[in-house]
Amino acid sequence: MREAPIEDQQEQESVLGPKRPRLAVFKFTSCDGCQLNVLNMEDELLALGEAIDIAYFPEASSRMTPGPYDIVLIEGSITTPEDAPRIAEIRNQAKLLITIGACATAGGIQALRNWGNVEAFKQAVYPKPEFIQSLSTSTPISEHVQVDYELWGCPIDRHQLLNVLTNLLAGIEPRIPTHSVCLECKRQGHVCILVAKGLPCLGPVTRTGCGAICPQMGRECYGCFGPAENASQSPGVPPNTSSLAQQFHQQFQIIPQDIVRRFRGINGYVRPFREESDAWETK
Amino acid sequence: MPGKPNNARTIKVNMMARVEGEGALHVTVCDQEVQDVQLRIFEPPRFFEAFLQGRHFSEVPDIVARICGICPVAYQMSAVHALEPIFGIQIPQSIQLLRRLLYCAEWIESHVLHIYMLHAPDFLGYESGIEMAKDYPDIVKRGLRLKKVGNQLLTLLGGRSVHPVSVKVGGFSRVPSKRELETLIDDLLWARDAAVETIRWTTGFEFSDPEQDYTFVALRSATEYPMNDGLVASNRGLEIPAVDFEQYFQEKQVTYSNALHCLLNGQSYLAGPLARLHLNYEQLSPLVKDVLSTTGLSLPFKRVSQGIVARSLEVLHAIDEALDIIQQYEAPNDAAVSVTPRAGISMAVTEAPRGLLYHRYQVNEDGTIQAVKIVPPTSQNQRQIEEDLRAFLPHVLDRPDEEVALGCEKIVRSYDPCISCATHFLTLHIHKLPA
Repeated sequence: MREAPIEDQQEQESVLGPKRPRLAVFKFTSCDGCQLNVLNMEDELLALGEAIDIAYFPEASSRMTPGPYDIVLIEGSITTPEDAPRIAEIRNQAKLLITIGACATAGGIQALRNWGNVEAFKQAVYPKPEFIQSLSTSTPISEHVQVDYELWGCPIDRHQLLNVLTNLLAGIEPRIPTHSVCLECKRQGHVCILVAKGLPCLGPVTRTGCGAICPQMGRECYGCFGPAENASQSPGVPPNTSSLAQQFHQQFQIIPQDIVRRFRGINGYVRPFREESDAWETK
Repeated sequence: MPGKPNNARTIKVNMMARVEGEGALHVTVCDQEVQDVQLRIFEPPRFFEAFLQGRHFSEVPDIVARICGICPVAYQMSAVHALEPIFGIQIPQSIQLLRRLLYCAEWIESHVLHIYMLHAPDFLGYESGIEMAKDYPDIVKRGLRLKKVGNQLLTLLGGRSVHPVSVKVGGFSRVPSKRELETLIDDLLWARDAAVETIRWTTGFEFSDPEQDYTFVALRSATEYPMNDGLVASNRGLEIPAVDFEQYFQEKQVTYSNALHCLLNGQSYLAGPLARLHLNYEQLSPLVKDVLSTTGLSLPFKRVSQGIVARSLEVLHAIDEALDIIQQYEAPNDAAVSVTPRAGISMAVTEAPRGLLYHRYQVNEDGTIQAVKIVPPTSQNQRQIEEDLRAFLPHVLDRPDEEVALGCEKIVRSYDPCISCATHFLTLHIHKLPA
């Protein structure tokens, strides 16, 4: 064992305990993109492998050791009959459970099935739908077990994940920003997509974290980091989606069915977006 | 003992690692004869083809990207190339070049991930690329930096590397200036040398899986190494446009898998880098041809494990071509041509890192999607994987179960299967039925 008295001291204070923390990465229904963003930490990956014992991460390693684990990252949503007992068992093995990405945190794009008829969907894709085991809904992890931290985004921002992991290693409570991406957009000096370009930008109601890449790329935000918390209110208050939707409708003459689709996207099942899209469905 | 399944000996290798996919492999052996091989894919269906119905065509690139976190650009490219002919728009050459550059970036990122982090550990005897770095730090660091160059290029063009945001029907939401692209030239020049080193490294590996007489299927183009353009061709004389794809290729459902098997006139075939390389040797850049000629290997590669060499060659080609594109690039005045929707149906095939990716869209007059069909590369390779395992197993049945299992895993991994994005429950069961 190497001697590292300062680190040891810090680790003693960490919620994770004195040893090198054991990390596990589990996947449910998803596209792999958030796990890929773990592997996309090209500059930090090898150092991370030193600081953390990567005990279970099948996408990256054949070494798969059983729990319990100190940190568990969950990618993907719950969509099959086997998923619910599986996530409960994983929760039992996890000291801290962190969801990574829109699927695990909000149900993902596959939650569009929650408004559809899964039996009809199966028939549209498979010649013999009776062989396909699938629930009629796609739901986030937090509907099934307690979640300690949620990382939003489709995909997650790898710097945000790295920040959470390094904070945990240092015994600091991770703080994941919840405010609107507009602040970041303004800070970068982009011309406002909504006001100046007149495009139906979801930025005002969308959580920061992506780096305001859509305005940077000359297009409107489509909400892939999920709903922001309302900065002018207390924490946990949802963003003012109805005001934004009214503006889309009245100023940009966007018809209700297009507003429905606007909110019913990557994070369509999460409550503020879900309620807004449902409200416009009947208008 | 009677030869009943309940007397069968079952061996489980818990989790197939270093693949993107959830499935199991069931091998039934009786009296030293392989009875059955089933690659079972449990990847829960996400029904993209179903919920794309009723969406506006402009939303398609953002939605289909989510089919795969490793190759989102491939889905965006097949989508826009399928949709644009419906609307009768012509894409200017500068936009076509940028799309090619974007695809080069994805090939680099995806291939390098597989070469260094997922596949090389099989040849050198490690559990992961991270473990391998303890003994080969400089090699793994070279791989990570090479992967990063691909991701930097993706980020410059698309805002981020996973699910880039700039691709749209008609072009891009924003195009870079020439000066922006030129900021990556130094990194790409370094990457070109690193890619040559990568080829020398991977050609030195030992390839021991049986040689196969593959039917290779890939796009073939008279003018370029195929990405977005060309005819669907095979080494058995097939040459068809994408619009005829479904006449020749049929998807078949098997009871044990959530992924459909795609067959060419009822037969298995191989899609991906090995097929592209064999069918498009003439279009490789001169540098790639030179390096290939010094390796002592000749085409076609008949072992699927040599896919790691094919990917290494394609990484060099993609870097070489990226440098070429940046040199000749002149930013267009408009990032996209305007689109007026009209009703129609059209298809496209592009070359995802793992092989052919077919999309078909039917659109109504206001641009609403009516019907979609998507055939991803891994469903095309699925039957060939089973055929390869049937060819491989007789050579190893006298070995211990763990060794047989690992050998099977390595064959599957050679395909870089992207079982679109699954849970990695690839449990290997070997049923040995006593005679």
